[in-house]
Amino acid sequence: MSRFLLPLGIFALLAVVLAIGIRHSPEKGVIASPLLGKPAPAFAVPNLSNPTGEVRSADLRGRWYLFNVWGTWCAGCREEHETLLQVHRAGVVPIIGLDWKDDDAQALDWLKQLGDPYQSVGTDHSGREAIEWGVYGAPETFLVNPQGIVVYKHIGALTPEAWTREILPRVSGRPAGTS
Amino acid sequence: MIVAAVAFVAARAFAVDPTELPDPALQARYLALTHELRCMQCQNESLADSPVGLAADLRREVRDQLLAGRSDDQIRAWMSARYGDFILFRPRYSLRNAWLWGAPGVLLLIGALVCWRVVRGRARLLPGDHEPLEEDGPN
Amino acid sequence: MLPELGHFALILALLLAGLQAFFGIAGPALARDRWSSAVTAAVAGQAVMVATAAACLIASFVNEDFSVAYVAENSNSALPLVYRVTALWGAHEGSLLLWILLLAGWTVAVALGSGRLPARFAARVLGVLGVVSFGFLLFTLATSNPFLRLDPPAPDGRDLNPILQDPGLAVHPPILYTGYVGFAVAFAFACAAMLEGRLDQNWARWTRPWTTSAWAFLTCGIALGSFWAYYELGWGGFWFWDPVENASFMPWLVGTALVHSLAVTDKRGLFKSWTLLLAILAFSLSLLGTFLVRSGVLVSVHSFAADPTRGIFILVFLIIMIGGALALYAWRAPLLRSSAGFELGARESFLLFNNVLLVIAAGTVFAGTLAPLISDALKLGTLSVGPPYFNPTFMLSMLPLLALLSVGIHANWKRGRLRDSQRTLLYTFVVAAVLGCGCAFGIFARGNLLTLIGATLGIWILLSSLVDPIDRWWRGLTLSRAVLGMTVAHIGLALAVLALTTVQSFTIERDVALAPGGKAAVGEYEFRFDGVRAVEGPNYDAMAATVVVTRHGAPVAVLTPQKRQYWVQHQVTSETAIRMHRGNNLLLALGEDLGAGRWSVRIQIRPLVSLVWIAAFIMAMGGALAASDRRYRTARAAATSPAGATAGQAG
Repeated sequence: MSRFLLPLGIFALLAVVLAIGIRHSPEKGVIASPLLGKPAPAFAVPNLSNPTGEVRSADLRGRWYLFNVWGTWCAGCREEHETLLQVHRAGVVPIIGLDWKDDDAQALDWLKQLGDPYQSVGTDHSGREAIEWGVYGAPETFLVNPQGIVVYKHIGALTPEAWTREILPRVSGRPAGTS
Repeated sequence: MIVAAVAFVAARAFAVDPTELPDPALQARYLALTHELRCMQCQNESLADSPVGLAADLRREVRDQLLAGRSDDQIRAWMSARYGDFILFRPRYSLRNAWLWGAPGVLLLIGALVCWRVVRGRARLLPGDHEPLEEDGPN
Repeated sequence: MLPELGHFALILALLLAGLQAFFGIAGPALARDRWSSAVTAAVAGQAVMVATAAACLIASFVNEDFSVAYVAENSNSALPLVYRVTALWGAHEGSLLLWILLLAGWTVAVALGSGRLPARFAARVLGVLGVVSFGFLLFTLATSNPFLRLDPPAPDGRDLNPILQDPGLAVHPPILYTGYVGFAVAFAFACAAMLEGRLDQNWARWTRPWTTSAWAFLTCGIALGSFWAYYELGWGGFWFWDPVENASFMPWLVGTALVHSLAVTDKRGLFKSWTLLLAILAFSLSLLGTFLVRSGVLVSVHSFAADPTRGIFILVFLIIMIGGALALYAWRAPLLRSSAGFELGARESFLLFNNVLLVIAAGTVFAGTLAPLISDALKLGTLSVGPPYFNPTFMLSMLPLLALLSVGIHANWKRGRLRDSQRTLLYTFVVAAVLGCGCAFGIFARGNLLTLIGATLGIWILLSSLVDPIDRWWRGLTLSRAVLGMTVAHIGLALAVLALTTVQSFTIERDVALAPGGKAAVGEYEFRFDGVRAVEGPNYDAMAATVVVTRHGAPVAVLTPQKRQYWVQHQVTSETAIRMHRGNNLLLALGEDLGAGRWSVRIQIRPLVSLVWIAAFIMAMGGALAASDRRYRTARAAATSPAGATAGQAG
């Protein structure tokens, strides 16, 4: 008798797996970053506004900072720009931008027209730097702590909710997920 | 995200990749690796087949690392350190994936066991089986 | 007007399906024969309503009625007429309607062909089919209504996905779905038997032709999909182990096992509960495939728009249908016992091995396809599985199957008597091995061990299958359609194995960058690139390249691969140029403009690739031939003899 119940039992397990799959499916496009909890990649990239200068991770040691990968060609970046300006105005955490596979002149224009939320912007024409961060689409935003560890990654346009629930708490030392 | 959520069949355009490495052995490894690594921006395409910019960048990365003398495993590890195991089409041979790689073998063992038991059981019934067959042909 | 009519028709269809289900199941259960005979009326009504709904939707497409949301999303005023019709199944909602339409078609066929079945049993079969129809109609009306309106109507449509603007779309989904949906019939027969509490050899005999025909359609459908991918998508491959491909392949593997298992149950009354389980499993995999493709749980090139609500609905439907059937199975299967025996070398043994290996193959494909989900659910991290997993694991179960096939064909029922065929088997094997060596190392001189194994096995199956039929023909004996069909199907399989071995071992692929006048030598051929020029099509602009192909200096062909940009969706697609030459398939695809007139071009030479699909078609033909054997439509004469009573006794 028991072995005839086996197919039903296996199916029940499968149904559970599928149900969990559905629950998780909206986040399916969002792959958990392997960088979480690990040191942020070191970088030294040309400065967008000052071609002879550099934007370096070494200069950012000892402080929280947001690392935002964007481009003028990216629709989501346009969406999140307002949020980034708000974050900039709040003055709590500086935003370091990485202009990914973009045209420098267009990028400067963009920032002039829409406002500049960044403390400094580095350029990545080859895409090499973005690969180091495991970037696979723009915009993506990373939160790095004073010890240089990546503690949070936001995929897609940054929203005020993400700022208040995920980023601000971590910076202030409170448990994340609260506002 | 620059890739909008694809409504139906993704634009299955593909990439033609005329990269040619100087050494045929390296070229073979290049082709094998770019087919084994997933394009992270696409719905289920390999680096070799994907036309998007990120895939071209990653293919170039594979090429550069091969020319620098890295081994296949090192390149795979480099990729998954940055993108996670999801970038590999060949699941890692690890304890976590043991159930997946072991599944065929386990199934074969179970199958063999089932076959043995059934055949033995039926062979024992044979002497008492007086059922005539209407035709002793194939069907 | 028409969309409202269509919508209304669907609602009526839902009600009629409900009645069909009710009368079909409650009628026999409560011994109300009037209800049982009302089922066919419900079947007819439902079919008419579903056909009406489909006709209304097609009419909306043809009339360019962009007030219907589905039409607006999948059509355009510039879309050629034929694609406006096939756009019916171009996206989720319409393809569901196609599912329902084909299910209605199969149900009508069963109703028409059920004259020889006992009335109550037939009613139960139609009742179960009614339950399935009801579920799908409810799902469609609740979450995926193709008749939703746009207010105000769209000025023009968003156009059908350019990849689908192709003759392949006209045939692949309908034929594939016919196969997929056809397994519902075997499922219904199985459920009816379980509800009845009886399963005998007659049952197997009735079920066989339905199952074999569904299998034949599915074989064609998968082959068409693969063929279409090959020539339309331009990447030169024809099977990627993509989740959606696997979703159709798993039912096929289990369906093949079912076809063979039914033979044993028909012939000897054995493997009854196993056959029941396979019938449930085949259709369950069809349903599961539907779920996977539409719920967004898996990453795939093919998947329809991801929508968790739809996913939940289908999952609930799955649980009810499959869970219900498996619960029935747990309740009734223990009653099925048979006391027949067979020896180790008997045909039954080989069919047992066949079944086990096919189910293992299906199991490994299942594991690989669902691995990302399972890994995620068990918190083992994100996992991704592709060809590097599927190829070796699939071969692990397939190679033994292919090897045993040649031997099993000569095994007799009950007592094997393989000793009589020993010499035949030995001779055929030796010939096969020699020819295999020739293929692997002689003709192309580039083979490896797998080439040798594949070629040998393929040729051995071919020879082994032909021995008996040729012998009987030589002696002037007739061959029944069933046996002929089996032979043809096995020959098709052998040819497929040979073709796949050849393609895998001897394909040459090169991607090159060429300037006008530039040449590339690939294999025995030379390709001269003569530049590109701009071309305009009905709803696209294209760059067409001209490539002159020669072999040892002699002209072979002039091919014109294109890169098209469609006006409405702005999608860029690549149209490959393919030419057959001396058994080789030359494939050319245009890549990117590298500047200064230089373009990247993909050149592939795939020997015998077309044989893969021709072989699949031959397999399907074999199935169709076997299914048409009149023997299956007559009840077993043995039912009245004492020995027959023993066979039919249990359950």
